[in-house]
Amino acid sequence: MTEPAQEWLAQAIRQIEADPYAIHRLFPQAERRGGPGARRALLVAARGHHAVIRGLYEAGDSGERLAILTALHELDLDGAAVGLVEDALRTNDARLVAAALGPYGSAWLDDHSFRQGVLKCVFMSIPLAAVAELDRRFDAELARMLSDYAAELRAAGRPVPRDVLERC
Amino acid sequence: MRIFDPHVHMTSRTTDDYQRMHAAGVRAVVEPAFWLGQPRTNVGSFLDYFDALLGWEPYRAAQYGIHHHCALALNPKEANDPRCAGVLSELPRYLLKESVVAVGEVGYDSMTAAEERVFEAQLALAQENDLPVLVHTPHRDKAAGTRRTLDVVRAAGLPPGRVLIDHLNEMTVGMVADSGCWMGFSIYPDTKMDPDRMVALLSEYGTERMLVNSAADWGRSDPLKTREVADAMLAAGFDADDVDQVLWRNPVAFYGQSGRLDLETGSEAGPDYAGNTIKRG
Repeated sequence: MTEPAQEWLAQAIRQIEADPYAIHRLFPQAERRGGPGARRALLVAARGHHAVIRGLYEAGDSGERLAILTALHELDLDGAAVGLVEDALRTNDARLVAAALGPYGSAWLDDHSFRQGVLKCVFMSIPLAAVAELDRRFDAELARMLSDYAAELRAAGRPVPRDVLERC
Repeated sequence: MRIFDPHVHMTSRTTDDYQRMHAAGVRAVVEPAFWLGQPRTNVGSFLDYFDALLGWEPYRAAQYGIHHHCALALNPKEANDPRCAGVLSELPRYLLKESVVAVGEVGYDSMTAAEERVFEAQLALAQENDLPVLVHTPHRDKAAGTRRTLDVVRAAGLPPGRVLIDHLNEMTVGMVADSGCWMGFSIYPDTKMDPDRMVALLSEYGTERMLVNSAADWGRSDPLKTREVADAMLAAGFDADDVDQVLWRNPVAFYGQSGRLDLETGSEAGPDYAGNTIKRG
């Protein structure tokens, strides 16, 4: 990281610690001005502020939303941000869907949403290795859903992905 | 051959277009915000549209190996509807976004007082955010509208090198060439410019500060017109370096002034995306 970038980031963190809402202006330009990893550092500075993080996500472009989803488990939010993960799972962007099933999503999504999320990964060719704690959350109902999907693929003469075969 | 389409409304196009564009050599596009066929009646419609230009559209483009950036603005036509005026106060937060490389399209449609206020306000936003500006010129009363456009740009104090005046033709190219602004030409099947007339203007005015776009949208238009101009240039005796200047280096230099043009990461179509459909869940 160059010196101006370090300086920008340090100053941005101080501003957010003084006023968490300052992150709204700083976050979109963070990677450009503060270097790689700057967005995560700003989020950590705003940790625990549910409403700020939610507003930031709602106003964010895909790159900003991705940075938020990836950092959620480090932001002391308990279950307050599960709505953001559910929002990401409704998109058609494989990067957002995969990030939604990271450590935070895996910890807080209810069983139904988690299973639907895993199945959506399979549909979008996202390797199941992207799903955090899949072994812990895996259950008989998810096994049934995957095995039904595998049967549907076989009936259509399409290959069944290896990570699906291993799970059903 | 590498092609950068500096003005194309991909949101109105299909994935087949992306595929054909990539096959024709298109590797980068800028999508300026504009009107849809149906007039918008509230600010929320614009915000969802801006979000799509910052999210879904670049994602879709990347799956076909095309870099997608955008220009954002309240367009001239809808600047006349007071229900849409609130867009101006939302724009500052959008102009901070990583893939926004200009303010645009701004300018005149019917040359009303409301259009002029919104045009001037957005030229000021461009200066505050250190962004270049893409200016639409009106289709009706074009020469007078272009002259007035240049007056407004000059009065705003923007360096001409940070302004691209678009939809030019034989009647308007001269005054823009003299102004020092960049010159944009939209190549259409029936209206605006065609490839042979474009080549004639390039022969007359040279290849500096000249940009060629398809301006393809929801009307009769064709996103492969940029390639047709490249082929017509070669057939008329321009060399590959001239073609590269007009169809790649000029748009890179113009939008590169934003400091946000990223042509390195994120658009290489991976093996998972080699199919002809968008990934769906």
